[in-house]
Amino acid sequence: MPIGMYFALSAVLFSIGLAGVLVRRNVIVLFMCVELMLNAVNLTLAGAARMWGGPDGHVFVFFVIVVAAAEVVVGLALVVNIFFRRGTLDVDVPTLLKR
Amino acid sequence: MTPLATEALEEAVTNLQVLTDSGAMSLSWLLLVLPAVGFVACLTLRRRLEERVAWIAIGASILTFVLSVAILLQLRDEQASHLVFGFTWFDDVGGLTVHFDYAIDQLTAVMLLVVTGVGSLVHVYSWGYMYGDERFERYFAYLNLFLFSMLVLVLGSSFLTLFVGWELVGLSSYLLIGFWFEKAAYAAAAKKAFITNRVGDVAFMIAMFLIFREFGTFDFFAVFEHAGDLSTGTATTIVLLLMGGAAAKSAQIPLHVWLPDAMAGPTPVSALIHAATMVTAGVYLMARSSPIVVQSLDAMTIIAWIGVLTALLGALVAIRQDDIKKILAYSTVSQLGYMFVGIGTGGFNEGIFHLVTHAFFKGLLFLAAGSVMHALADQTDVWRMGGLRRVMPVTFWTSAAAVLAITGFPPFAGFFSKDQILVTAYEHGFTAVWALGVLVAVLTAFYMGRWFLLVFMGVGRWGDDVHPHESPASMTGPLIVLGVLSAVGGAALNLSHHGPLFTWLEPSTASTGGVAFNAAGSIGEPTLVAISIAAAVLGLGAAWFAYNPARVAQGRTAEPVVGPVAELFERKFFVDELYEAIFVKAGARVADALVWFDTTVIDGAVNGAGAVSLKVGDVARRVQTGFVRGYLVAFLVGGIVLTAVLLAQVGLA
Repeated sequence: MPIGMYFALSAVLFSIGLAGVLVRRNVIVLFMCVELMLNAVNLTLAGAARMWGGPDGHVFVFFVIVVAAAEVVVGLALVVNIFFRRGTLDVDVPTLLKR
Repeated sequence: MTPLATEALEEAVTNLQVLTDSGAMSLSWLLLVLPAVGFVACLTLRRRLEERVAWIAIGASILTFVLSVAILLQLRDEQASHLVFGFTWFDDVGGLTVHFDYAIDQLTAVMLLVVTGVGSLVHVYSWGYMYGDERFERYFAYLNLFLFSMLVLVLGSSFLTLFVGWELVGLSSYLLIGFWFEKAAYAAAAKKAFITNRVGDVAFMIAMFLIFREFGTFDFFAVFEHAGDLSTGTATTIVLLLMGGAAAKSAQIPLHVWLPDAMAGPTPVSALIHAATMVTAGVYLMARSSPIVVQSLDAMTIIAWIGVLTALLGALVAIRQDDIKKILAYSTVSQLGYMFVGIGTGGFNEGIFHLVTHAFFKGLLFLAAGSVMHALADQTDVWRMGGLRRVMPVTFWTSAAAVLAITGFPPFAGFFSKDQILVTAYEHGFTAVWALGVLVAVLTAFYMGRWFLLVFMGVGRWGDDVHPHESPASMTGPLIVLGVLSAVGGAALNLSHHGPLFTWLEPSTASTGGVAFNAAGSIGEPTLVAISIAAAVLGLGAAWFAYNPARVAQGRTAEPVVGPVAELFERKFFVDELYEAIFVKAGARVADALVWFDTTVIDGAVNGAGAVSLKVGDVARRVQTGFVRGYLVAFLVGGIVLTAVLLAQVGLA
């Protein structure tokens, strides 16, 4: 499979994630879209690593996965807390900074 | 010609016979340590020991006196200047090296005796006078601080160490004038003394800068060794600037205004600091600098005139003062004027001689005034005294001795010293100065006669609710000692122009042999002496005529000087008002302008900065919408822009 296909797939995944982040209001969905974007990038890195035949890209991917795991923990904790405090998962409702 | 400081010092030192490690000289460091320890001990132990800390202070003072006597005796046997090495204060800072050393020579020894001797008497006297004061302990701490400062001043071996002592005595003087600072007038008097002295300090410091420029050192011995190399113009400048410093410290025209107000302090302080010792520091400075002074006859003439005019002004004002201490204060101004006449006319030894006898009789007069005030419940108006002759016999008789001494009545102490100054002035061609000096002598006898007659003679005018009594022994003791010294001190020290004191001082002060004085007039010395005696008798006689008990009984109408002249004297020639108008008002205007600048320009800038921040914040706050997705869009746009830039750069490369 030519390398362009990998990049095309990851571009599509990234765009879907980005669009989701921009248009959806549910925090959980936002969160999943961010994960989608991260994994699109992972795919690019893995594809590039395969193209160059070096280990660098793979190492990066592992880093991203580990960091993303940590991020999920923190992020979900925030989501739970926001839900308990405000009773909603709509990202447009908390607008404290406006005042 | 600027020899390196250390070289000059070493050269000067080799010219001296330096003996520092034998006899009393080896203990001379104690002179500073004792009062310093006393000062600290009085402050730290005052809670625990209460009024007993005074014994520490008195003990420290008496020990320094004993040590001073021992040093004097050793100096008499060895006849050499002594340099006691302390430590190096500045080590070659831009060519300046200053050693914090003691220089003990004949002049220093005389000053040591006066300072520690009168100092000890005043310490003892203060025990009785200040007993029961709520800050009794602190008072004694300050007295020891003063003693320490004054000893730094007279012991220092360079202009800079002298200056340190000079400032320290200024500080102690300030603290003691304002000792009862609860009264606003007293605090103001302290401030006035301090500020007036700063004016003189500027002159003194400029003089020191010039000395450093010319000689490359501040050390006395090194400077005086080369004093002859100065050009006349430079010498005149240096001497007059030094005189500026001396005029502030010793209350000479035009900086005399602080001394009469300094009487706000406790009376023993007036006796010690503002009559006997600190105010004579200026005279000491000029006598110490005599090798420079003799380089300029112009400067000497100016000093002589400043002295005699100050003497005249002080005497005239003293005639119409009613405060028992103010009369003595103006008398001090006047007598200090005499000392500067001595300095200016080349009679350095005569000036120092008068300094010594003045310390005796003026110290005594102030202590006697304190004794009188003590007896009359702090009454200071001489018109509400009188008749104390029988009630206070010791104060009366000792005061009589002091009055005769200051009047210049033979054989009391002041006669010899004042007369020798006048004779020197005449013989060195200062005929006009001499004539004014004689006039001042008449006035002196007059106002002191007035003081004495109003305070002690006639009937009591102090009212029925006051019951005067003789002071306790701690106060009369010092009076008696000083009374004896006022009576015989002059004759014993220096009967003639070649008396023991002058022989003693000769190595320390410069010879005036090289000065081109004007020719003297034709009056011989015996006639001059007779004129001096006649002046004293005339003044005393006039005082008796005007203020005999019969006339005084009529009240203030007895004053012989009346009308605008009297007001001129009473208001002290309006000098205070003049300074108020010139300096205080002008200062207030400058301050007002600065206040305006501060409130409008500086505060305006600060407040403006605040206002601008608020406005900017008001606008910038609209950027924050609070919509998370709004931020995300911004994030995306930023990311696209960054990527575009990055790509553009890569593409260009």
